[in-house]
Amino acid sequence: MTVILNQSFTGVSIGAVLLLIALGLTLTFGQMGVINMAHGEFIMAGAYTTYVLQKPIGDAGVSLLLALPVAFLVAGSMGALLEWLLIRRLYTRPLDTLLVTWGVSLMLQQLARDIFGAPNVQTTAPGLLTGSVSVAGVNLATSRLFILGFALLCVAGLAAILRTTPLGRRIRAVVQNRDLAEVSGIATGRVDRTTFFIGSGLAGMAGVALTLIGPIGPTTGTNYIVDAFLVVVVGGIGRLRGAVITAFVLGLLQSVLEYSTTVSVAKVVVLVGIVAFLQWRPQGLYTVRTRSLV
Amino acid sequence: MSGLITRRGLLAGISALGAGAALSACGAKTGSDTSKAAGAKADTSGDTVRVGLLNSLSGTMAISEVTVHNALLLAVKEINAAGGVLGKQLKPVSQDGASDWPTFAEKAQALITDSKVVATFGCWTSASRKAVKPVFERNKSLLFYPVQYEGLEQSPYIFYSGATTNQQIVPALDYLKKQGLTKLYLVGSDYVFPRTANKIIKTYAKANGMEVLGEDYAPLGSTEFATIVNKVRSAGADAVFNTLNGDSNVAFFKEYKSAGLTAKKLPVLSVSIAEEEVKSIGTQYLEGQLTAWNYYQTTPGAANEKFVAAYQAAYGKDKPTSDPMEAAYISVHLWKAMVEKAGSFDVEKVKAASDGIEFDAPEGKVTVDGATQHVHKTARIGKVTASGLIEEVWNSGGPIKPDPYLKGYDWAADL
Repeated sequence: MTVILNQSFTGVSIGAVLLLIALGLTLTFGQMGVINMAHGEFIMAGAYTTYVLQKPIGDAGVSLLLALPVAFLVAGSMGALLEWLLIRRLYTRPLDTLLVTWGVSLMLQQLARDIFGAPNVQTTAPGLLTGSVSVAGVNLATSRLFILGFALLCVAGLAAILRTTPLGRRIRAVVQNRDLAEVSGIATGRVDRTTFFIGSGLAGMAGVALTLIGPIGPTTGTNYIVDAFLVVVVGGIGRLRGAVITAFVLGLLQSVLEYSTTVSVAKVVVLVGIVAFLQWRPQGLYTVRTRSLV
Repeated sequence: MSGLITRRGLLAGISALGAGAALSACGAKTGSDTSKAAGAKADTSGDTVRVGLLNSLSGTMAISEVTVHNALLLAVKEINAAGGVLGKQLKPVSQDGASDWPTFAEKAQALITDSKVVATFGCWTSASRKAVKPVFERNKSLLFYPVQYEGLEQSPYIFYSGATTNQQIVPALDYLKKQGLTKLYLVGSDYVFPRTANKIIKTYAKANGMEVLGEDYAPLGSTEFATIVNKVRSAGADAVFNTLNGDSNVAFFKEYKSAGLTAKKLPVLSVSIAEEEVKSIGTQYLEGQLTAWNYYQTTPGAANEKFVAAYQAAYGKDKPTSDPMEAAYISVHLWKAMVEKAGSFDVEKVKAASDGIEFDAPEGKVTVDGATQHVHKTARIGKVTASGLIEEVWNSGGPIKPDPYLKGYDWAADL
């Protein structure tokens, strides 16, 4: 019983990581239809932000909390710049976008290597987030609880922005019908840039949270990018709800399979499962009309 | 839209074809080089002789291999300052293996054919060594390989200055057994070295009254270890034997600490974590954990003090020295001693002179075993300290005779 509960928590926490890395992508890929291969490098930028801030600040807890908004701004600005420089010229050319952003991703990795060196760097985690609490015999790692809570907070925040604010309305309007939005007086170019800013900023914040459980190095982003795309594609392009459900289902599935077989086998089975699912439902769990991919 | 994609698909196809043609052209070139190369001779006519340094200076292995390359350059510099080898100065020729195994083979060939080197030093992964092995054997040229490996190999044209299994993994198991830690859990990356090592561990355990409670592999580069750590925690083991490589170690040790596991409760013994890796994983996650090597930066002795001081003077005060670097450094010195004993750079004469060559190395006295072309080395178990260095807690008392096929161990008969 304890084992089952422990593994359930593991599954939920894997799901939270998946959700966190995919959340930004549901905006940029999901809502805008941009295949941004450099998304992982925004995660990396967030992770390095934590590292850079910790040096002068010292206190691990304060620097982690401060790193969240700073990473949002850093990664968001990088995303907005990328959108303004390159992506907005390629909105009708998804294949070119893919190639261009892949190139950008390689350049950003090299840039990180030049600035911070090829080996991984390390940050000190706050003491509170390196232990675990025991509830009814189940061992809950505090770093995992933090990531779970943070992921849910981000989802709630993003949903609130999309649903209730004027900006969210504009984003949805542009996604659903660009021409009509434009004749209604919405500056679609600016909305695009803002959407990209938020999506990339979310990736940056994910990077900060992931320093608690993973390595910080030039290739940090590439560790996560494939999983992020999987979640968005399976969840249904452009649907927040789909991404949330998919992330947790994949997380639980992964943890059950890892426990009963091996990590490698679990990865293969999950991938095969996803391929089979997409054969049956190519549009993913939920659907919405998008601009350039459908 | 579909028109666009098709046109681009076509373009992609054409460029792929172009790349294919370029590749096959390369292949043809290498092929002809190879046939020409069979008769290539090392050039020893001038005042200088060239030595090849073959390391990954770019790509994923660069992190580790650049430090080995630095240590090799340091040894060459020292030898030149002391008058060279047989009165000739050494001229290092560096080739970048680029973390890509076929590239290693190509560059090895280039060193032998174009640079006419008298010997080559380098390689790290077993995959790269296996890729260049036929090249050195075909050209009858020497390679000095400086990294601990999985054993079960003995090429006539390779000298192995790192540990084989009976100088690292077997003594580590002896140590665990002596400490009363007899129930083991094996965690490793999913490729040849951990699987071979674990096979040896399981055979040893069976013959020595130890128990292997579980065995788990994660794909190289994997960063999700919650499940594996859960399994480890509920297995009731006394110790974890870790053969993970690279980034996975970072994620594994962070998860390990989060799960409330410590070096005191359940020690982890790692065979791929040296001083450089401790720095990148984070001391707070590793403090108190065990490692198995033949050399640590803290190993006492005048030879090591000199080595560490020289290395840090050349490459930076905060740069640690590690086992593979030390093995690389001594490989150049051992080769020099062999050449001088032989009185010639000739490969066959050097090999014949190799048995019994001694060197006062940073790790202590090492002796070359001519029959296996490996080196007698002292095994050392170390503990990671709060400062991020590793301090020795046990050693084998003296150099262990290399036994790459574990022929001298009764329990290993079935391997």
